[in-house]
Formats: sequence, C-alpha cells, structure tokens
Amino acid sequence: MRTRRRLSPARAAAWTYLALIIFVTVFPFYWILRTALSDNFALMAEPSSVLPVDFTLGAFERVLGLATPEESLAAGGSGASLELGPYLVNSIVYATVSTALIVFFSTIAAYAFARLQWRGRDLVFSLFLSALMVPGILTLLPNFVLVKELGLLNTFAGMILPGALFSAFNIFFLRQFMLGLSTETEEAALLDGAGRLRVLFRITLPMSSGPVITLSILGFIGMWNDYFWPLLVTSDETVQPLTLALAVFKQSSPQSQPDWAGLMAATLVAALPMLVLFMVFGRRIVNSIGFTGLK
Amino acid sequence: MSLSTAGAAPKRPPATGPKRPPRRPAANSPAHRGDGWLAWILIAPAMIGFLVFAVYPTLRGVYLSFTEFRVLTPPTWIGLENFREMFADSVFWSSLGVTVYFVVIAVSLTMIVSIATAAVLHRITESTVIRGLIILPFLISTVVAATVWSWMLDTQLGIVNVVVQAFGGDGVQFLTSREWAIPSVAFIHVWKNMGYTAIIIFAGLQTIPPQVYEAGRIDGAGESKMFFRLTLPLLRPILALVLVLNVIGAFQMFDIVSVTTKGGPANASNVLQMYIYSKAFGQFDFGYASAMSLSLFAILIIITFLQMRLLRANESETD
Repeated sequence: MRTRRRLSPARAAAWTYLALIIFVTVFPFYWILRTALSDNFALMAEPSSVLPVDFTLGAFERVLGLATPEESLAAGGSGASLELGPYLVNSIVYATVSTALIVFFSTIAAYAFARLQWRGRDLVFSLFLSALMVPGILTLLPNFVLVKELGLLNTFAGMILPGALFSAFNIFFLRQFMLGLSTETEEAALLDGAGRLRVLFRITLPMSSGPVITLSILGFIGMWNDYFWPLLVTSDETVQPLTLALAVFKQSSPQSQPDWAGLMAATLVAALPMLVLFMVFGRRIVNSIGFTGLK
Repeated sequence: MSLSTAGAAPKRPPATGPKRPPRRPAANSPAHRGDGWLAWILIAPAMIGFLVFAVYPTLRGVYLSFTEFRVLTPPTWIGLENFREMFADSVFWSSLGVTVYFVVIAVSLTMIVSIATAAVLHRITESTVIRGLIILPFLISTVVAATVWSWMLDTQLGIVNVVVQAFGGDGVQFLTSREWAIPSVAFIHVWKNMGYTAIIIFAGLQTIPPQVYEAGRIDGAGESKMFFRLTLPLLRPILALVLVLNVIGAFQMFDIVSVTTKGGPANASNVLQMYIYSKAFGQFDFGYASAMSLSLFAILIIITFLQMRLLRANESETD
C-alpha cells in the first residue's frame, strides 16, 4: 500500500482532510503567540489581523512582573498584579518531585513483583490492579478531607503525597517489562554474591531505563498540567502551580475588556516547558502513547 | 495516568511471564532466601499509598455518602437521606442530563474524528512529525486549551466569530448562550483529546498485518469495504478500550467548564463534576457531594460493564 505513489482523488481527499485536522490542531498555538505579541488595545481594533497587532513584548512584561501596576493598567492589564515567576517554580517543584517519587517507588515495587519470591505476591498484585477500576471522582473528596485532617492543606506535601506513593499503572507497566527481560545477568551477579538491592539498582534498573524514562515523561506532563487536585488543596501563591494562576488570572479579568494579550502571554509561559519537552522527546512521546494504549 | 488506563486492567489476567521460575522449589532455593522481607520493604511505599490514598478514601467516600458532613463538624449518619434529596433535586437531574449530552457529543466526535485521522495517517504517511503535530494538544494543560479557545470563541473579538461574520453570519455566543455552551465545551474537549486517541488507534492499526489487506485486495474489495469489513472488526478490542476510557474521562470532565463557563449560563453547562465541586466547596455539603460522587461512580461502572458486554458480544459473532 505504501508503494502506490500516484495522487489519486482519494489520496488527495485524504491529504486535504489531514491538512484540515492539522490546521485546526496547530492554529490555536499560533494564535496564542500572535495575541501575546500584540498590544491589547490594538487587538480590539484589528481582531482579524493574522500578524501581531502593534508588536510589543508588553504582555510578557506584565505577566512576568516586569511592569509596574500602573503600566500594566495603562496597557489594558487587569491591574491585579500577576507574577508568574513563583507559580512557575511551584509547578516545577510539584511536577518534578511527584514524578521522581512515583517512578522510583513504582520501580522498586515492580521489581518485587517481577523478581522476588514471596508469599501473597499474586494476591497483593491483583489488589493493586483493582485500584485501576476506581476513578478519581470517588477518592478526590475523601482525600481532600484526609489531607485537611493531616494539616497539610496548602503545602507541597499535601499536594504531592497522595499521588507520589502508589500508581497501579506504573507498577503494572514496569513489572510486565521486567518479566520480559532476560534474567541471565542478574543471576550471574547473584551467584557472584551480589545482594538483591545491588542487582536491582546496578542491573535491572539500567536495563529498564527505556520504560522508566517513558513513564517519567508521561508522568511529568500529567503533573504539570494537573488542575483539579491542586485547586482543592491549595489556596495561595506559595504552593499553587501555573495552571491555577492561569485560571485565576482568567477569572479576575474584567468581563468587558479582558487582557487577552496578557492572558495569552501567560498561557504561553504555562505551555512552553511542555513544547520544549516535545521538541526534545517528541518521537519518544508519540511512540510511547501508542504503546501505553496497546498495553 | 490511572484514569487513562482504567479499562485496561480487568481484561488482563495477572499475567505470568514464561520466565518465572516454578514457585515452591524456587522459594526455598538459596537465591531466593530472604526475598520475603526485602519484597515487603520494596513494596512498602506503594502499599502505604494504596491503603492510605486509595482504599481508605474509597471506603470513606462510600461512608460519607450516608452522612451529613460539613467538614468542620464530624459526620453524622443519616442513612439514605442524601440519596432521597438527590432524587428530588432538579439541579442534579439537569446536571446529569447536561453531562450525558456532553458525553454523547464529545465521545462520538472524538471517536469518529480520531478513527478517521488514524486511518488516513495509516494509509498516506509514516511521518512522526505529523503524528507529533496531531498530539500537541495532549501536551498542554486543559486550562491552557480552555483559555485559548475562550479567546478564540469570544463573542466580540474571537477569531472564529470574526470569520463567521466575514462570511455574512451572525456572531455566535459560543460560551455564553444556553444552546451553544455544551457544544462549545465539547468541541474544546475533542480538540484536546482527539490526537491522543488517534495515536492509540494508529498504533493499533500498525499491528494489523499487511497481508490481511493484500488478501482483501485480491478478493476485489475496495478501500471503503476493507475499512468496514477488515479494519474496524480487527480493531475492535482497541476501539472498545479507547471508547470506554473516553466515556469515563468525559463523564468526569471539569477543567474546561471550570475555566470557561463555570457551569453557566443558568446551569446550561453545569456538568455533574462541576455540581459536585460547587456543593462540596461552595456550600461545604460534603455528605451530599459524596453521595453524588458515589452515584456517578455507579453510573460509570454500569456503562463500562454494558460497553464491554456489547462490544465483546459483537466480537464473538465475527470470529
């Protein structure tokens, strides 16, 4: 099927369809950039301009806290000072720590399920898998109450802990991978008197680096974009991630004349790390999504 | 993460790798001496997480559904009172209706567009770059997606309305009118999720051996006939999985509504998750919110079960 290269009407239609889909998918990203680089008042006059209207970096200065409140108001900002800096740091902390912990804890648990012989192993494994059946909807409210009772509201610990210890999917995914690995090297090392932990960290873990990196990337994307859970357990800029800052900024904009340029600049700041991640790991991300779907 | 795979687990028996050594003798062999305590140390963090943040909240969520609970005072048992209130609550029923309306539009559009996109991709290009472009919306936060689209769908200045008016149409109040709110939110949802779904289906298409199509072609089947007679039936397991995941995800949609419409205008986009959130955190009625969560969970289980059954029944017919 790949050998037929002539452009039949069907192929032309297929390419047209694909071009349309790609246009609808990519256009909003361009529109973010175009709006963020525009002057907010000029936007009102020329809503259809394809290029930035009155090109300016003012919107970025507003959302990064480089402009004074007066300047910001004068440029059509909400006046409510928005400095994305602290939120950016919070997002980095939240996504990095959560991802590192959950991938590490999942890896060592997966090793115990894949390689060690112990009573109750299969039972515990199926119990863990049953957790996949329960959607977040049922655990969100009680987890909020629990975090509140632990006195961890509005802390990184409260935000991170519930998702940092246990992931049925990660454990399942890594265990399956480890079961498929050859045990020869490990057994040789064990015969040479290496301890189990040494084997785990020196042999099994490096051999599993592929799926570990895949899960880390997917986990990081998920945490970076997380909104609902931080919304429940955080209340100020000391811990709130970017997604919340963005939502608050959007809602605090006056209804009549929102600072669309500022909003789009903030949106770009929130999306940029993911776009960079995509530039670096694009192929791996695309392939791993197909793979996780099949697993 | 766990959500995106919720449907995957039950189908798979606790797989036993071929390389696993036989159980009894190995457990006593020198290599496995001391495995027991080490294993428990290694799974301890996961076990704590499982018990404290999955099992306990689930049981507690069920318990709270039968209580009057306003967070500041301890819960008091009120039996089925919350559920009785729910049955009489017109907002709950309208929320359920709005949610179903949203799920039907969002999921059917996502499925149709992503199957079409995956099939077209599979037929005409192997390019990872194109697949990468299609998956871009998956990488960004739903909050970002919702913010951009609320700008593009803005009634006065949004580019979509500017284009509509340029073609002589009237400005549409996409996110601020009763009739358009849910379709617009559903569109944003589809925009955000279509690529991800398409890539999973694409990966499924790649597992179909080319010989199948060669055989079909020899039998004189055309493209569309092969698509409906070969591709779709062979893809059924993956399509079933993707469908179930999409339905579960759509039923719990919250972020888009939270950013764009807040459930309005006049509850027109007040999906269940939004209503639960406002009951819990707007009115601190945690007992009632828990009861609604439990009901939504029950609905999800029933729908998932029905979907699995229906799709599996079809499968055995063709085999």
